[in-house]
Amino acid sequence: MIELKNVTRRFGETVAVDNINLTIETGEVCVLVGSSGCGKSTTLRMINRLLSHSDGDILVDGQDITTMNPQKLRLNMGYVIQGTGLFPHWTVARNIAMVPRLLKWPKERIDARVDELMTLLGLDPAIHADKFPQQLSGGQAQRVGVARALAADPNILLMDEPFGAVDAITRENLQLEMLRIQQQVRKTTVFVTHDIDEALRLATRIAVMDQGRIIQHDTPENILRRPASDFVENLVGKQDRGLKLMSLRPVRDLMTAHATPRPPEAGAEGLKEEDNVRLALSVMLWRDLPQLAVINARGEETGFITRDSIIGAGA
Amino acid sequence: MRVWLPPFLLILLLCGLSLAMPMLEPVFHWMQPDKQSVIYDRDSFLFLLQNHLMLVGISAAVGTVAAVAGGIIATRRSGRDFLPLISQVASIGQTFPPVAVLALAVPVLGFGEAPILVALILYGLLPILRNTLAGIEGINPAVREAGLGMGMSPLQVLVRVELPLAGRVILAGIRTSVTINIATAAIGSTVGARTLGDPVIAGLVNGNTAYVLQGAILIGLLALTADSLFEALERTWERKVSPTATVA
Repeated sequence: MIELKNVTRRFGETVAVDNINLTIETGEVCVLVGSSGCGKSTTLRMINRLLSHSDGDILVDGQDITTMNPQKLRLNMGYVIQGTGLFPHWTVARNIAMVPRLLKWPKERIDARVDELMTLLGLDPAIHADKFPQQLSGGQAQRVGVARALAADPNILLMDEPFGAVDAITRENLQLEMLRIQQQVRKTTVFVTHDIDEALRLATRIAVMDQGRIIQHDTPENILRRPASDFVENLVGKQDRGLKLMSLRPVRDLMTAHATPRPPEAGAEGLKEEDNVRLALSVMLWRDLPQLAVINARGEETGFITRDSIIGAGA
Repeated sequence: MRVWLPPFLLILLLCGLSLAMPMLEPVFHWMQPDKQSVIYDRDSFLFLLQNHLMLVGISAAVGTVAAVAGGIIATRRSGRDFLPLISQVASIGQTFPPVAVLALAVPVLGFGEAPILVALILYGLLPILRNTLAGIEGINPAVREAGLGMGMSPLQVLVRVELPLAGRVILAGIRTSVTINIATAAIGSTVGARTLGDPVIAGLVNGNTAYVLQGAILIGLLALTADSLFEALERTWERKVSPTATVA
């Protein structure tokens, strides 16, 4: 758990972060979102003491971070930044092994952990372990960045616009990957972005920041339904909120389940249970279908979802 | 290991020529038929070569330590204020002619090796310092941020990340400095240091071109040798310490 209590950061005369209070529960993904210069990166960098705070208290698991050794504090916090910050003179494997090496793990344990993480992030160790960062694509490099941050199994993950410098398709893949990994590892995550869609997709709770203050701290659904101010309303997009809300809802919620799962009809297009309702509607509109089959992770058809049920459910 | 072949051959040639210079007497006689003595014989060439190398080596070692330390201090957050001062000192060292340093240093330090060492150290600082600064400043800030942010101490960031990445550029600075100083060390002969400049000075004083040539050829060859040694060193550094995609 990370607690920020009345935290302020000044740079000379300017106030970058203005008396904020924020509690990030263990295992949740808190996304700080706002335009550039709103203080979100500053807030993140104060948590691992790359910046000191001018006023207030920051507690990690109840302990004031100013009483802790900064190196020890950071070794327990994975850190992923935009543009990866991979060490160009080290191989992928050595990059991932950075923190375990600092912690002086035995070599076999490091090697096993590197293999495990590369596999978790969809990188084949046999192909990529001995490559240098310059030989990777943007998406691969960012995966290595995430693997490096997770290497020593830290309790906390800090991510500063990690997917800001990759193309849209890669970014979407990385976001999905991140959701999948978070399901498995459940790290307390602070994630900074200026992309509200990224925030809505990844967050357990979103903190909207503007001019150094937190305007609203709430779940994605509440941010969309009950924006606290015009600023938040504009940020989430006044008019396409309906569709954004649909994209938060999994197909599972609105489907009509079969009594027992059955094998899918050959050639029929199906949706996965965890796909969102917005995607379901889009496929139906495009294919001009009144309903679609829903397939579970084992490839069985577990139910169907109709256009009427989606429209009927509303936002 | 093919990179080490050219410097090895040049070292052989340099030592061979220093030892076998007297055997070239007929050549120099043919060039200067009117002179009695055409081979410089007040000291052996090998001795002069050793002494010359020692002067350059000591000045390069001291200069490297001072300049790299200065460069590191000036690129720390706490030392940033010293950056203008440090680069000015190095620039002054470079623009001050070594002859003037000798003229000023002799009354204080006396004749011999000391004044030329001072001149060489001052003269060699700037290229090393400039390259240390360029090498460290040229590192992507995200790399440093990642190192610090994931729990490296500032010293670990310096030793494991910054110096390996800047190393090749720093080496290039030392290479420039050493090559310049191999030529500059010869003027030490004017204040009583024993260098490969001795035959050159003696030749100029006595109007003996053969002496001048013998000194100049060996100095030139020494500079070439040192240069190719550094070339090999830089290549090895790139392959072992700081490899990049192009090599792998």
